[in-house]
Amino acid sequence: MNLSDQHFTDDNIIITKVEDLFNWARLSSLWQVGFGLACCAIEMMATSASHYDFDRFGVIPRPSPRQSDVIIISGTVTLKMAIRIKRLYEQMPDPKYVISMGSCSNCGGPYWEHGYHVLNGVDRVIPVDVFVPGCPPRPEALLEGLLKLQEKIRNESFGDKNV
Amino acid sequence: MTLLFSSVNFHAIFFEIMLTEFGKVFVFILTAALFVIIALVVAKFIRPARPTREKLTTYECGENPEGSPWVKFNIRFYVVALIFLIFDVEVVLLIPWALVYKNFGFIGYLVGAIFLILLGLGMAYEWRKGDLEWVRPKIKEPVITKSPPPKQEKENLTLVN
Repeated sequence: MNLSDQHFTDDNIIITKVEDLFNWARLSSLWQVGFGLACCAIEMMATSASHYDFDRFGVIPRPSPRQSDVIIISGTVTLKMAIRIKRLYEQMPDPKYVISMGSCSNCGGPYWEHGYHVLNGVDRVIPVDVFVPGCPPRPEALLEGLLKLQEKIRNESFGDKNV
Repeated sequence: MTLLFSSVNFHAIFFEIMLTEFGKVFVFILTAALFVIIALVVAKFIRPARPTREKLTTYECGENPEGSPWVKFNIRFYVVALIFLIFDVEVVLLIPWALVYKNFGFIGYLVGAIFLILLGLGMAYEWRKGDLEWVRPKIKEPVITKSPPPKQEKENLTLVN
């Protein structure tokens, strides 16, 4: 009666790889930095509220980057703010993920040409995992972005990112 | 079969050792401590630890940390915090008392009443001292209204001598 001779017919026993277990744990409790920049932040707040319920995916806004796994760049990234965003990202513990939300943080949005004060895309300062298009994106779009990020984490390996 | 038997035996021993109710509490506390310790140790082993200079700087909402956090606070915050704490503890102690004091008759009532009177005295003292007011009234310098006592005449003194 060794362990390897058992046939696990019971549904309560799950066999998995350590990697899959870690990935599952990481993607199921993505705590976000409580951080909003512009009008996209209003949509982000709506997503966190009861109607769209970000919490059902394990996303809880945290007051400090030290406790967070994901930062949602929700709004126009001005040059002045870009320095702060860079620091906030640096201060998050590994592994850390970035969702760029809305046209402004994706590529500069309506300010891309004449906005002397706007960074044309937050990926110029921090590595972005998921871009969510829209101006601003609806909460459903942000949820879709989060699902994409979860999909990405699910397929991660210790070798390739492990941020 | 032997396994089953030994487990039963172990149960018997276990419950013989666990004589007191406090023992159960102790095991409960021990389990709680172990849970935390195991979680911290496991996390220590499996998490990536990549400290950088930027990551280790003080978090001040992305701003540059300015100055020392060891700044001086007004001592009056301490008094306010202390007064708050006293009444906080008062509530904590009074709620269980309020639930059961009827079972103990007049003595039960008296115990709570003495406690409240003592706190009331403290409160009156604080009030009188002006610790409940943040903006202190300006200290009035004492003005002497009485005229100084009249000088004794030298003639009298000489007479006594």
